[in-house]
Amino acid sequence: MDIPRYWRLREQRYKLQGNVCAECKAYNFPPRPVCLQCKSKNMQPYQFKGNGTIYSYSTVYQAPDAFNKQVPYLVALIDLDEGPRITARLTDILDNKIEIGMPVEMVIRKIYEDGDNGPIQYGYMFRPLLKKKE
Amino acid sequence: MRKVAIIGIGQTPVREHWDYPIRYLGVQALLAAMQDARVDTIGGLFVGNMLSGALSEQEHLGALIADYAGFSGIEAVKVEAACASGAAAMRMALMAVASGRMEVAAAIGVEKLTEYSGKFSTAALATAADADYEASIGLSFAAINALMMRRYMHEYKVNKEDFAIFPIIAHANAVHNPNAMFHHTINREDYARAKMIADPINLMDSSPIADGAAAVIIVPMDKIKKYAGKAVRVAACELATDTVGLDSREDALLLKGVQKSASKALKIAGIEAKQIQLMELHDAFSIMSVLSLENSGFCQPGRALFAANDGKYSIDGEMPVCTFGGLKGRGHPVGASGLYQIVEAVQQVRGDAPAPIQVEDVEWAMAQNIGGSGATVITTILNRINE
Ligand SMILES: [Zn+2]
Repeated sequence: MDIPRYWRLREQRYKLQGNVCAECKAYNFPPRPVCLQCKSKNMQPYQFKGNGTIYSYSTVYQAPDAFNKQVPYLVALIDLDEGPRITARLTDILDNKIEIGMPVEMVIRKIYEDGDNGPIQYGYMFRPLLKKKE
Repeated sequence: MRKVAIIGIGQTPVREHWDYPIRYLGVQALLAAMQDARVDTIGGLFVGNMLSGALSEQEHLGALIADYAGFSGIEAVKVEAACASGAAAMRMALMAVASGRMEVAAAIGVEKLTEYSGKFSTAALATAADADYEASIGLSFAAINALMMRRYMHEYKVNKEDFAIFPIIAHANAVHNPNAMFHHTINREDYARAKMIADPINLMDSSPIADGAAAVIIVPMDKIKKYAGKAVRVAACELATDTVGLDSREDALLLKGVQKSASKALKIAGIEAKQIQLMELHDAFSIMSVLSLENSGFCQPGRALFAANDGKYSIDGEMPVCTFGGLKGRGHPVGASGLYQIVEAVQQVRGDAPAPIQVEDVEWAMAQNIGGSGATVITTILNRINE
């Protein structure tokens, strides 16, 4: 991924920044220009807390080129506590320990390296929930 | 709007066509369809293709194929809707004729994938998904389908082995299709042994990438007597969309694009799902066959695997699917697959299919072409013209 594109996505990749509809309070990740629920265009930035549960998951054995060195790796659909579902990698867990419904939390990890000399790209992944929710 | 008919079909075998560039594949299918229709000119050309720019470094396929087929000067454009590009091109051709702007339109689906390294084409195919939030964090297309399959297994308490029936049916039918990529049957042991791609999706769940082109010639229904080609009426061809990102859907097993396009197509054709005698499924992955059948209304949610394992969708069953091998057995030349499905369904309605896979007395046939994980869906219903 080119650097300008990655830079443009930094608020999402590092902070899980989406948005929330000022009219009906529906949350979005990624941010959307129009509310899916009420069609309002009055959307405010919102940083997700990064907690959720696993909706589905898979272990990837055959990957696109950029990720080939990392196989096998885990991907999942995660239901964030605020509502939206997000696609993300899972980390710090073995695939035979994963269960649908398992609580997870967001962490920042290396997503991939662009060759030996290219930039290293970081972003969100999710791991099993370590700390107790308050 | 005028009613329309298909009066000619053409296809190249689905293979690794290392001898032919993409333009030749397109021209071969187009000229074959024109010969079948016995027309020597066309008013317009709609070319369905997904990856010519990314892989062959060649866009602008409309003008290029028109030129190489000897029709430079006519209206010609490329139509792109990921894996649904083929049927999307047909939908555009059909609207051009139905609206009265064209008398004879051609739709081609063409794709060339095999001469590029597998990983390169895996990345290119992933462009059908959300680039910023799916593909660029490491999700292949198989991985996205795997997320649907895992959820399905969880919700309906079915086993991975239960899915074997769909690739088994596809391969059994492909044996009799001379244009299919594969001509061998597979069994449950082969399925159990297959290499894992993105758990729970294995190699046998996945349709193979391939090269190929298929084409149809479309004219108004009230002019079919003018042409010598064997006509089949297009009773409906309806396109609907859903979110590109799988994560944006409340229920990953509910394909709203499939539901909308299938129900609209049935309504326009004026028939019920049970009148459909065969269906060309978009079995890019086994889970897609299941979700396509359930969301189109052919069975209740959670029941497609049971129906399939009871024989309902086999060639001698109540409603055969993938009668020429589907994407799994015939092969999946991505942007061409939608038109292969139509060309195959036309052969069934005409009664021109090879004997072992000819469904008896076909009056109604359906083909459903699905782009991405269900973001673009085109459902086509063909109807026999009784003289
Ligand atoms: Zn709203």
